[in-house]
Amino acid sequence: MNYLLEPWPWYASGFLIAIVLFLFFYFGRNFGVSTNLETLCTISGANKFSDYFKKDWKERDWALVFLIGLVIGGFIASNYLSNQVPIDLNPKTITELNELGFANAGNTIVPDELFDLKNVFTPKGILILLIAGICIGFGTRYAGGCTSGHAITGLSSLQLPSLIAVIGFFIGGLVMVWLIFPLLFS
Amino acid sequence: MKYLRFLLIGILFGIILTKSEAVSWYRIFEMFKFQSFHMYGIIGTAVLFSMCFMYFFKKGIIKNYLGNKILVKQKPKEYKRALIGGTIFGLGWALAGACPAPIFTLLGNGVVSILIVLLGSLIGTFIYGLLSNKLPK
Repeated sequence: MNYLLEPWPWYASGFLIAIVLFLFFYFGRNFGVSTNLETLCTISGANKFSDYFKKDWKERDWALVFLIGLVIGGFIASNYLSNQVPIDLNPKTITELNELGFANAGNTIVPDELFDLKNVFTPKGILILLIAGICIGFGTRYAGGCTSGHAITGLSSLQLPSLIAVIGFFIGGLVMVWLIFPLLFS
Repeated sequence: MKYLRFLLIGILFGIILTKSEAVSWYRIFEMFKFQSFHMYGIIGTAVLFSMCFMYFFKKGIIKNYLGNKILVKQKPKEYKRALIGGTIFGLGWALAGACPAPIFTLLGNGVVSILIVLLGSLIGTFIYGLLSNKLPK
């Protein structure tokens, strides 16, 4: 049982993600998560403002059940399948994060500096999370997919638009971490 | 329940994302800093095994649960939107340290503030919906 409680190695995790993709296709669906953001918008009433959201969300009700599963899975893993060891980060990463003002890097799943409620409810704190979310929502819908739809489904089925999108993911990620982080934190 | 299978697939995926540490902001930072192989290993292995599945789907060796051939939806050949949209998503992915699936899984991990990222992502999706006809494809 112990190996289940340890963090899982990358090769086991990658293989299991491919199994998830297989299960999606086996049960007659495409593997992708960001389309659900659209479905959630439609349910919230976005169809009153734009034809783009005039879709029958009931055709995607199965996917909402999947989202609930994602939440439950996170709960089970963190409460029953974890021995709470720190994340085994590169020491260089920890030093660099320290210089950016992130203490105790890897001791928690996400940094308190960004996600602890007392830091979230400051103007800077709330704007960072909100703007990050806006980029995720706008970007994935414009690109037509996220890590699951483009990086995993698209690359593995050799689709050129997905390769271009993944190159975009990295341009954005590298600009954020190498150029914007030093301005934003320090 | 009609969709029990999708609940279970979601639970499985949520557990994998948590146990692989792919939900961790730190792992995403480390990836974009090229300081660890971990995330590249996960995504690389996932793509490699998925390629095998895609091959079996295409050859008809693996069929779906109804016994029909599995067809993979093709993304539209629109490269500007892939690049620009992808870049904007990349900015958000690195800043929040989460892509869409981990947003939900982090909630289960007890990271309540991720709800603000979720709210932002719905606002972003809404803005895209309003502008979708006017943006370059």
